[in-house]
Amino acid sequence: MDIYLSQLFTGLSVGSVLLLIALGLTFTFGQMGVINLAHGELIMAGAYTAYMVGGPLGESVSLLGALPVAFALAGTMGLLLERLLIRRLYGRPLDTLLVTWGVSLVLQQVARDIFGAPNVNATAPAWLGGGVVVAGATLPYARLFIIALVAVSVTGIWLYMTRLPQGRRMRAVMQNRQLAACSGIATQGVDQRTFFIGSGLAGMAGVALTLLGPIGPSLGTAYIVDAFLVVVAGGLGQLRGAVIAAIGLGVLQALVEFKTEASLAKVIAFVAVVALLQFRPQGLVSVRSRALT
Amino acid sequence: MKTKKWLGVVMLLALVAGACGDSADDAGTGAQTGASTDSGSTIKVGILHSLSGTMAISEVSVRDAELLAIEEINAKGGVLGKKIEAKVEDGASDWPTFAEKAQKLISVDKVATTFGGWTSASRKAMLPVFEKNKALLWYPVQYEGLETSPYIFYSGATTNQQIIPGMDYLKAQGKTKIFLVGSDYVFPRTANKEIKAYAAANGITIVGEEYTPLGHTEYSTVVNKLKDAKPDAVFNTLNGDSNVAFFKQFKAAGLTPQGMPVMSVSVAEEEIRGIGTENIAGHLTAWNYYQTTDTPANKTFVEAYKKKFGQNRVTDDPIEAGYVQVYLWAAAVEKAGTTEVEAVRKAADGITFDAPEGKVTIDGATQHLYKTARIGVIETNGLIKEVSSSPAPIKPDPYLKSYPWAAGLS
Repeated sequence: MDIYLSQLFTGLSVGSVLLLIALGLTFTFGQMGVINLAHGELIMAGAYTAYMVGGPLGESVSLLGALPVAFALAGTMGLLLERLLIRRLYGRPLDTLLVTWGVSLVLQQVARDIFGAPNVNATAPAWLGGGVVVAGATLPYARLFIIALVAVSVTGIWLYMTRLPQGRRMRAVMQNRQLAACSGIATQGVDQRTFFIGSGLAGMAGVALTLLGPIGPSLGTAYIVDAFLVVVAGGLGQLRGAVIAAIGLGVLQALVEFKTEASLAKVIAFVAVVALLQFRPQGLVSVRSRALT
Repeated sequence: MKTKKWLGVVMLLALVAGACGDSADDAGTGAQTGASTDSGSTIKVGILHSLSGTMAISEVSVRDAELLAIEEINAKGGVLGKKIEAKVEDGASDWPTFAEKAQKLISVDKVATTFGGWTSASRKAMLPVFEKNKALLWYPVQYEGLETSPYIFYSGATTNQQIIPGMDYLKAQGKTKIFLVGSDYVFPRTANKEIKAYAAANGITIVGEEYTPLGHTEYSTVVNKLKDAKPDAVFNTLNGDSNVAFFKQFKAAGLTPQGMPVMSVSVAEEEIRGIGTENIAGHLTAWNYYQTTDTPANKTFVEAYKKKFGQNRVTDDPIEAGYVQVYLWAAAVEKAGTTEVEAVRKAADGITFDAPEGKVTIDGATQHLYKTARIGVIETNGLIKEVSSSPAPIKPDPYLKSYPWAAGLS
């Protein structure tokens, strides 16, 4: 019994990790149709921030303190990327794909040059060690923290998008860029803000992931494919879709891995997404509009 | 017009022929297939490791150790009176790239020998290249055995020098239920086949066997399966980044080295730094060398390594093997009097060296080394303390011919 409970929690946890890494991408991909292959490296930047903040401030403060620092740092990196490179490639998705892939390689090597090729470690705070025992299954605090962080982020974004005027402008630009521009919305400013937020979320994801995994130059490559999978399955720019897709994929992977093995679980996840896209190419959740494109 | 054009072509051909002629002179005694060039005043050797990608965390330091050895040998006058010149190439954690770069080092750079590889996948990709070109490769990492090649010298442990002593130690500690966790490629799969044969013959039960792709970082399901199966110990053949994720999540789930010790064969001092000592202290490793190994040669080696690369760097088994294999090759070349491959191979048999791990001897028949097996416990300072070792260097037996239970394996 407790193994099934553990596995269900695992599915939820895997889903929360997927959502964490895909949350930022949902907006940058959905907002401008920009395929940002450097998203993984923004996650890496966040992880290295946790490592750098780790020493001086003491462990407990360091993790919570690293979150806003990582948000700001990754957000700024994303903003620079948008202003210097992606803005010039508006409407050319294949070019942005190539350019951002090149940027990701450069960022990986920069990380290697600054921090060295071997992995580095950020000590997790002591209050995140261990777990709570529920019905015989141990739920690690680190994973609970990540679920809590994702819940807070999703709520924050939802509030931003529905309550704040900036968020509504972002949705307007996402739904119909030309009409939004005609209505007087400065689409370039909205793009910049979207990229900043999306990249900042990636940075925060990086900090949270140091609780579970390695901090190294090739960290980004481990997560980028999963991030795109969630975004594509959930629907571009759709918060609800991303949540459903992430949790769905997480639970699916956990169940399949429990019965078989990890490699097969990943394969099944890919097959499931491909099958989904056959029936719903626009993703799980999409905006219905009368636009022809 | 026609004459001018024809004249131009002739002049062009003459220029090209002249340039080719010059380089032909430089080829020196490289007349044999894929052998050596000791032209000029330096002997070129190739170093081929992953300097980028998921394996870079382990391999960059091995390259550093090989360069250190080359520097030390050059300082003492080099080999055959010539300095060694290293050509470093990046395998990028991609096995086909290893084969490609190996071919380049052999045909374009015309190196006398190559030191390289880490994963068994990279070695298996390079093996046909070295055999086809009859060029030498020195491979510094522990591996799963069941292989010999006339053109590879294996300076890392084979099965009966690492995996079997590890299992012997677990058996002596009374751990009779073992769970196997490994990355999904040739080394863990083959190693686990050998372990299962050992277990069948030694009264040990294998209660689980899990494989995850290289670079995988999500281990909650594996940890749940471990909790469900309740083994006495885990035999860990994960490689690269996966080890960091595994140990972090192992600890977060509440599992401890006292309750479920993990014996790893791919985690050494270098990887411990990335994993975090708080996550892995108390667990076990099986190697032939630790930074704490107590020999005079090791004291000088660790000092020299830290002096050159930084005081916060550590040395470990593959690093030491990389260092030792350069010296072994140099000794073989001196004994043979030439860098020519067949002569070096013949001369290598029986060569000994006072390595930091203790005395090593090359076994010419298998082209492996006699190595002492050492079991260690990881300490909170990130170094490994030896708790058990074989009484003498173990003769390499890559095909496990001396073990009756291994009869069906190779």
